[in-house]
Amino acid sequence: MTLDPQAVAQARRWYWQRISAMVLALCVLVHLITMILAVRGGLTAAEILGRTQGSLAFAGFYTVFVLACAVHVPIGLATIAREWGRLGERAALWLARGVAGVMLALGLRAVWAVYTAGA
Amino acid sequence: MSDTSLQVKIWRGTGATDSGRFVDYSVPRQENQTVLDVVTHVQRVLDATLSYRFACRVGMCGSCAMTVNGQARWTCRTHVAKVLGDDGVLEIAPLSNLPVVKDLATDMSPFFDKWAQARGRFQGDQTRHDPFARVRPDSPERQAANAGIECIGCAVCYSSCDVVQWRPDFLGPAALNRAWTLVNDVRDTERTERLRAVAGDAGCHSCHTQGSCTERCPKGLAPTLGIAGLKRTVARAAVKGTL
Repeated sequence: MTLDPQAVAQARRWYWQRISAMVLALCVLVHLITMILAVRGGLTAAEILGRTQGSLAFAGFYTVFVLACAVHVPIGLATIAREWGRLGERAALWLARGVAGVMLALGLRAVWAVYTAGA
Repeated sequence: MSDTSLQVKIWRGTGATDSGRFVDYSVPRQENQTVLDVVTHVQRVLDATLSYRFACRVGMCGSCAMTVNGQARWTCRTHVAKVLGDDGVLEIAPLSNLPVVKDLATDMSPFFDKWAQARGRFQGDQTRHDPFARVRPDSPERQAANAGIECIGCAVCYSSCDVVQWRPDFLGPAALNRAWTLVNDVRDTERTERLRAVAGDAGCHSCHTQGSCTERCPKGLAPTLGIAGLKRTVARAAVKGTL
Protein backbone atom coordinates (compact mmCIF):
# COMPACT_ATOMS: atom_id res chain seq x y z
CA MET A 1 0.00 0.00 0.00
CA THR A 2 1.30 3.45 -0.88
CA LEU A 3 1.93 5.74 2.02
CA ASP A 4 -0.19 8.89 2.22
CA PRO A 5 2.20 11.74 3.20
CA GLN A 6 -0.71 13.68 4.67
CA ALA A 7 -1.54 10.76 6.98
CA VAL A 8 2.06 10.57 8.17
CA ALA A 9 2.07 14.31 8.89
CA GLN A 10 -1.18 13.93 10.83
CA ALA A 11 0.26 11.03 12.85
CA ARG A 12 3.36 13.15 13.64
CA ARG A 13 1.21 16.09 14.70
CA TRP A 14 -0.72 13.75 17.01
CA TYR A 15 2.61 12.61 18.50
CA TRP A 16 3.90 16.13 19.08
CA GLN A 17 0.64 17.26 20.60
CA ARG A 18 0.90 14.35 23.03
CA ILE A 19 4.53 15.14 23.93
CA SER A 20 3.75 18.86 24.35
CA ALA A 21 0.77 17.93 26.56
CA MET A 22 3.14 16.06 28.89
CA VAL A 23 5.46 19.07 29.03
CA LEU A 24 2.49 21.40 29.64
CA ALA A 25 1.15 19.24 32.46
CA LEU A 26 4.48 19.66 34.28
CA CYS A 27 4.78 23.36 33.42
CA VAL A 28 1.26 24.21 34.62
CA LEU A 29 1.92 22.39 37.89
CA VAL A 30 5.21 24.21 38.53
CA HIS A 31 3.63 27.53 37.43
CA LEU A 32 0.67 27.20 39.83
CA ILE A 33 2.74 26.07 42.82
CA THR A 34 5.28 28.86 42.23
CA MET A 35 2.49 31.45 41.97
CA ILE A 36 0.81 30.31 45.18
CA LEU A 37 4.10 30.34 47.07
CA ALA A 38 5.30 33.61 45.51
CA VAL A 39 2.12 35.51 46.36
CA ARG A 40 3.00 35.17 50.05
CA GLY A 41 5.98 37.47 49.49
CA GLY A 42 3.80 40.21 47.97
CA LEU A 43 2.10 40.96 44.69
CA THR A 44 3.56 44.27 43.51
CA ALA A 45 5.20 44.55 40.09
CA ALA A 46 8.49 45.49 41.72
CA GLU A 47 8.51 42.36 43.85
CA ILE A 48 7.68 40.11 40.86
CA LEU A 49 10.33 41.71 38.69
CA GLY A 50 12.76 41.45 41.58
CA ARG A 51 12.40 37.69 41.43
CA THR A 52 12.34 37.29 37.65
CA GLN A 53 14.83 39.88 36.45
CA GLY A 54 18.07 38.27 35.40
CA SER A 55 16.92 34.82 36.51
CA LEU A 56 17.98 32.28 33.90
CA ALA A 57 15.90 29.58 35.62
CA PHE A 58 12.79 31.74 35.21
CA ALA A 59 13.56 32.62 31.58
CA GLY A 60 14.41 29.01 30.68
CA PHE A 61 11.31 27.56 32.31
CA TYR A 62 8.90 30.00 30.68
CA THR A 63 10.60 29.67 27.30
CA VAL A 64 9.90 25.92 27.43
CA PHE A 65 6.34 26.72 28.56
CA VAL A 66 5.78 29.08 25.60
CA LEU A 67 7.26 26.58 23.13
CA ALA A 68 5.03 23.77 24.43
CA CYS A 69 1.96 26.04 24.14
CA ALA A 70 2.92 27.08 20.61
CA VAL A 71 3.08 23.40 19.61
CA HIS A 72 0.05 22.12 21.52
CA VAL A 73 -2.60 24.80 21.01
CA PRO A 74 -2.41 25.25 17.21
CA ILE A 75 -2.67 21.48 16.54
CA GLY A 76 -5.82 21.27 18.66
CA LEU A 77 -7.18 24.44 17.13
CA ALA A 78 -6.72 23.02 13.62
CA THR A 79 -8.75 19.96 14.66
CA ILE A 80 -11.55 22.11 16.08
CA ALA A 81 -11.53 24.24 12.91
CA ARG A 82 -11.76 21.08 10.79
CA GLU A 83 -14.50 19.33 12.76
CA TRP A 84 -16.65 22.15 14.10
CA GLY A 85 -15.67 25.07 11.84
CA ARG A 86 -15.95 22.97 8.66
CA LEU A 87 -12.60 24.33 7.41
CA GLY A 88 -10.59 22.31 4.89
CA GLU A 89 -7.29 20.66 5.88
CA ARG A 90 -5.11 23.33 4.23
CA ALA A 91 -7.04 26.28 5.64
CA ALA A 92 -7.03 24.74 9.13
CA LEU A 93 -3.26 24.22 8.96
CA TRP A 94 -2.60 27.79 7.83
CA LEU A 95 -4.78 29.03 10.66
CA ALA A 96 -2.74 26.85 13.04
CA ARG A 97 0.58 28.17 11.70
CA GLY A 98 -0.64 31.74 12.12
CA VAL A 99 -1.73 31.11 15.70
CA ALA A 100 1.57 29.35 16.45
CA GLY A 101 3.47 32.40 15.16
CA VAL A 102 1.41 34.85 17.23
CA MET A 103 1.75 32.70 20.37
CA LEU A 104 5.52 32.37 19.92
CA ALA A 105 5.99 36.10 19.30
CA LEU A 106 3.81 37.27 22.19
CA GLY A 107 5.02 34.59 24.60
CA LEU A 108 8.75 34.97 23.97
CA ARG A 109 8.46 38.77 23.98
CA ALA A 110 6.78 38.58 27.39
CA VAL A 111 9.47 36.24 28.73
CA TRP A 112 12.18 38.58 27.45
CA ALA A 113 10.47 41.65 28.91
CA VAL A 114 10.10 40.15 32.38
CA TYR A 115 13.64 38.73 32.28
CA THR A 116 15.26 42.02 31.35
CA ALA A 117 12.57 44.15 33.06
CA GLY A 118 12.85 46.63 30.22
CA ALA A 119 16.54 47.26 30.91
CA MET B 1 -48.67 -7.07 32.13
CA SER B 2 -50.23 -8.26 28.89
CA ASP B 3 -53.42 -6.29 29.59
CA THR B 4 -51.60 -2.99 29.14
CA SER B 5 -50.32 -1.58 25.89
CA LEU B 6 -47.10 0.09 24.95
CA GLN B 7 -46.92 3.38 23.06
CA VAL B 8 -44.34 3.05 20.30
CA LYS B 9 -43.02 5.65 17.84
CA ILE B 10 -41.30 4.16 14.82
CA TRP B 11 -39.40 6.17 12.20
CA ARG B 12 -40.90 5.62 8.75
CA GLY B 13 -39.34 6.89 5.54
CA THR B 14 -37.56 5.86 2.38
CA GLY B 15 -34.06 7.22 2.78
CA ALA B 16 -32.77 10.27 0.94
CA THR B 17 -35.92 10.93 -1.07
CA ASP B 18 -38.06 11.27 2.03
CA SER B 19 -37.06 13.03 5.23
CA GLY B 20 -39.21 10.60 7.19
CA ARG B 21 -41.30 10.96 10.34
CA PHE B 22 -42.25 9.04 13.48
CA VAL B 23 -45.51 7.04 13.33
CA ASP B 24 -47.38 6.03 16.51
CA TYR B 25 -48.33 2.42 17.21
CA SER B 26 -49.89 0.67 20.17
CA VAL B 27 -48.38 -2.72 20.94
CA PRO B 28 -49.54 -5.18 23.65
CA ARG B 29 -47.09 -5.13 26.55
CA GLN B 30 -45.62 -8.56 27.33
CA GLU B 31 -43.36 -9.74 30.09
CA ASN B 32 -39.72 -10.10 29.04
CA GLN B 33 -40.49 -8.29 25.79
CA THR B 34 -37.51 -7.17 23.71
CA VAL B 35 -37.44 -4.13 21.42
CA LEU B 36 -37.14 -6.51 18.46
CA ASP B 37 -40.32 -8.27 19.65
CA VAL B 38 -42.09 -4.91 19.52
CA VAL B 39 -40.88 -4.12 15.99
CA THR B 40 -41.80 -7.64 14.85
CA HIS B 41 -45.31 -7.27 16.29
CA VAL B 42 -45.79 -4.01 14.39
CA GLN B 43 -44.62 -5.57 11.13
CA ARG B 44 -46.61 -8.81 11.46
CA VAL B 45 -49.83 -7.50 12.98
CA LEU B 46 -50.18 -3.75 12.44
CA ASP B 47 -48.33 -2.73 9.26
CA ALA B 48 -46.72 -5.26 6.94
CA THR B 49 -44.92 -2.51 4.98
CA LEU B 50 -42.53 -1.77 7.87
CA SER B 51 -38.95 -2.61 6.89
CA TYR B 52 -36.32 -3.68 9.40
CA ARG B 53 -33.45 -6.14 9.58
CA PHE B 54 -32.79 -9.07 11.89
CA ALA B 55 -31.56 -12.65 11.65
CA CYS B 56 -30.42 -14.66 14.67
CA ARG B 57 -32.47 -13.00 17.48
CA VAL B 58 -29.87 -14.12 20.04
CA GLY B 59 -27.16 -11.47 19.84
CA MET B 60 -24.78 -13.24 17.48
CA CYS B 61 -25.30 -11.84 13.99
CA GLY B 62 -25.23 -8.09 14.58
CA SER B 63 -28.00 -7.22 12.11
CA CYS B 64 -30.79 -5.83 14.32
CA ALA B 65 -29.16 -2.68 15.75
CA MET B 66 -31.40 0.41 15.85
CA THR B 67 -31.60 3.71 17.71
CA VAL B 68 -33.84 3.10 20.73
CA ASN B 69 -34.88 6.14 22.77
CA GLY B 70 -31.92 8.06 21.39
CA GLN B 71 -29.22 5.41 21.83
CA ALA B 72 -27.91 2.78 19.43
CA ARG B 73 -28.62 -0.71 20.78
CA TRP B 74 -28.91 -4.33 19.66
CA THR B 75 -32.67 -4.70 19.75
CA CYS B 76 -32.87 -8.49 20.13
CA ARG B 77 -31.09 -8.40 23.50
CA THR B 78 -32.59 -5.14 24.76
CA HIS B 79 -35.56 -5.57 27.05
CA VAL B 80 -38.27 -2.94 26.78
CA ALA B 81 -38.27 -2.62 30.58
CA LYS B 82 -34.61 -1.58 30.49
CA VAL B 83 -35.03 1.33 28.07
CA LEU B 84 -38.55 2.61 28.74
CA GLY B 85 -38.43 6.15 30.12
CA ASP B 86 -40.77 7.79 32.62
CA ASP B 87 -43.12 8.85 29.81
CA GLY B 88 -43.64 5.18 28.89
CA VAL B 89 -42.95 5.82 25.20
CA LEU B 90 -40.61 3.67 23.13
CA GLU B 91 -39.01 5.56 20.23
CA ILE B 92 -37.32 3.43 17.58
CA ALA B 93 -35.27 4.92 14.72
CA PRO B 94 -32.65 3.63 12.29
CA LEU B 95 -28.94 3.76 13.20
CA SER B 96 -27.25 7.17 12.90
CA ASN B 97 -24.26 7.89 10.63
CA LEU B 98 -25.48 5.46 7.97
CA PRO B 99 -27.76 6.10 4.95
CA VAL B 100 -31.31 4.84 5.46
CA VAL B 101 -32.62 2.35 2.90
CA LYS B 102 -36.17 2.35 4.26
CA ASP B 103 -37.72 2.74 7.72
CA LEU B 104 -35.41 0.99 10.22
CA ALA B 105 -33.09 -0.63 7.67
CA THR B 106 -29.81 1.22 7.00
CA ASP B 107 -27.29 0.74 4.22
CA MET B 108 -24.30 -0.85 5.99
CA SER B 109 -21.97 -0.52 2.95
CA PRO B 110 -19.95 2.49 4.22
CA PHE B 111 -19.45 0.66 7.53
CA PHE B 112 -18.10 -2.53 5.96
CA ASP B 113 -16.18 -0.69 3.20
CA LYS B 114 -14.19 0.94 5.99
CA TRP B 115 -13.31 -2.49 7.43
CA ALA B 116 -11.78 -3.25 4.03
CA GLN B 117 -10.00 0.16 3.93
CA ALA B 118 -8.51 -0.55 7.37
CA ARG B 119 -7.15 -3.87 6.01
CA GLY B 120 -9.46 -5.82 8.25
CA ARG B 121 -8.54 -9.05 6.46
CA PHE B 122 -6.03 -11.56 7.83
CA GLN B 123 -3.05 -12.18 5.55
CA GLY B 124 -0.77 -15.07 6.44
CA ASP B 125 2.06 -16.77 4.59
CA GLN B 126 1.34 -20.40 5.58
CA THR B 127 -0.63 -23.00 3.68
CA ARG B 128 -2.82 -25.83 4.92
CA HIS B 129 0.20 -28.12 4.55
CA ASP B 130 2.28 -26.17 7.07
CA PRO B 131 2.13 -27.08 10.75
CA PHE B 132 -0.11 -25.03 13.04
CA ALA B 133 1.30 -21.74 14.23
CA ARG B 134 2.16 -21.81 17.92
CA VAL B 135 0.93 -18.69 19.68
CA ARG B 136 1.22 -18.46 23.44
CA PRO B 137 -2.25 -17.61 24.81
CA ASP B 138 -0.70 -15.54 27.60
CA SER B 139 1.54 -13.44 25.33
CA PRO B 140 0.70 -9.69 25.42
CA GLU B 141 -0.05 -9.61 21.68
CA ARG B 142 -2.50 -12.52 21.87
CA GLN B 143 -4.20 -11.03 24.93
CA ALA B 144 -4.63 -7.69 23.10
CA ALA B 145 -6.06 -9.48 20.07
CA ASN B 146 -8.38 -11.63 22.20
CA ALA B 147 -9.81 -8.50 23.83
CA GLY B 148 -11.22 -7.31 20.50
CA ILE B 149 -12.15 -10.38 18.45
CA GLU B 150 -15.72 -10.91 19.68
CA CYS B 151 -17.06 -8.03 17.53
CA ILE B 152 -20.29 -9.00 15.73
CA GLY B 153 -20.27 -6.05 13.31
CA CYS B 154 -23.55 -4.53 14.53
CA ALA B 155 -22.38 -0.89 13.92
CA VAL B 156 -23.67 0.30 17.31
CA CYS B 157 -20.22 1.85 17.94
CA TYR B 158 -20.09 3.45 14.49
CA SER B 159 -23.55 4.92 14.97
CA SER B 160 -22.61 6.27 18.42
CA CYS B 161 -19.34 7.92 17.31
CA ASP B 162 -19.30 11.74 17.13
CA VAL B 163 -16.07 11.75 15.12
CA VAL B 164 -17.73 9.69 12.35
CA GLN B 165 -20.41 12.39 12.24
CA TRP B 166 -17.84 15.22 12.08
CA ARG B 167 -15.43 13.49 9.68
CA PRO B 168 -17.29 11.19 7.30
CA ASP B 169 -14.00 9.65 6.13
CA PHE B 170 -13.04 8.53 9.68
CA LEU B 171 -12.74 4.73 9.65
CA GLY B 172 -14.72 4.36 12.88
CA PRO B 173 -14.36 2.19 16.00
CA ALA B 174 -15.25 -1.23 14.58
CA ALA B 175 -12.85 -1.12 11.61
CA LEU B 176 -10.03 0.20 13.83
CA ASN B 177 -10.76 -2.41 16.51
CA ARG B 178 -10.48 -5.07 13.81
CA ALA B 179 -7.19 -3.58 12.57
CA TRP B 180 -5.82 -3.62 16.14
CA THR B 181 -6.62 -7.32 16.58
CA LEU B 182 -4.71 -8.05 13.34
CA VAL B 183 -1.77 -5.80 14.26
CA ASN B 184 -1.46 -8.03 17.34
CA ASP B 185 -1.83 -11.27 15.36
CA VAL B 186 1.76 -12.56 15.13
CA ARG B 187 0.84 -14.75 12.13
CA ASP B 188 -0.26 -11.79 10.01
CA THR B 189 2.23 -10.55 7.39
CA GLU B 190 0.76 -7.14 6.48
CA ARG B 191 1.43 -5.22 9.67
CA THR B 192 3.15 -2.26 8.01
CA GLU B 193 0.52 -1.95 5.29
CA ARG B 194 -2.20 -2.01 7.93
CA LEU B 195 -0.48 0.64 10.05
CA ARG B 196 -0.28 2.81 6.93
CA ALA B 197 -3.97 2.22 6.22
CA VAL B 198 -5.01 3.41 9.68
CA ALA B 199 -2.54 6.34 9.97
CA GLY B 200 -3.66 9.95 10.16
CA ASP B 201 -6.95 11.71 10.77
CA ALA B 202 -9.07 9.52 8.49
CA GLY B 203 -7.55 6.60 10.40
CA CYS B 204 -7.03 6.39 14.12
CA HIS B 205 -5.58 9.81 14.97
CA SER B 206 -8.75 11.87 14.98
CA CYS B 207 -10.38 9.72 17.69
CA HIS B 208 -11.07 12.02 20.66
CA THR B 209 -11.20 9.16 23.19
CA GLN B 210 -14.74 10.12 24.17
CA GLY B 211 -15.47 6.42 24.66
CA SER B 212 -19.04 6.28 23.32
CA CYS B 213 -18.10 3.15 21.35
CA THR B 214 -16.83 1.41 24.46
CA GLU B 215 -19.80 2.62 26.50
CA ARG B 216 -22.35 1.35 23.97
CA CYS B 217 -20.71 -1.84 22.60
CA PRO B 218 -23.22 -4.59 23.36
CA LYS B 219 -20.41 -7.14 23.50
CA GLY B 220 -18.53 -5.14 26.13
CA LEU B 221 -15.51 -4.57 23.88
CA ALA B 222 -13.28 -1.50 24.20
CA PRO B 223 -12.52 -0.10 20.73
CA THR B 224 -11.22 3.07 22.45
CA LEU B 225 -8.40 1.01 23.95
CA GLY B 226 -7.53 -0.58 20.61
CA ILE B 227 -7.55 2.81 18.86
CA ALA B 228 -5.23 4.21 21.54
CA GLY B 229 -2.88 1.30 20.83
CA LEU B 230 -2.99 2.01 17.09
CA LYS B 231 -2.32 5.73 17.66
CA ARG B 232 0.80 4.97 19.70
CA THR B 233 2.10 2.29 17.35
CA VAL B 234 1.52 4.33 14.18
CA ALA B 235 2.80 7.64 15.60
CA ARG B 236 6.01 6.05 16.91
CA ALA B 237 6.61 4.54 13.48
CA ALA B 238 5.82 7.88 11.78
CA VAL B 239 8.24 9.82 13.99
CA LYS B 240 10.98 7.20 13.59
CA GLY B 241 10.38 7.19 9.83
CA THR B 242 9.68 3.44 9.71
CA LEU B 243 6.05 3.76 8.62
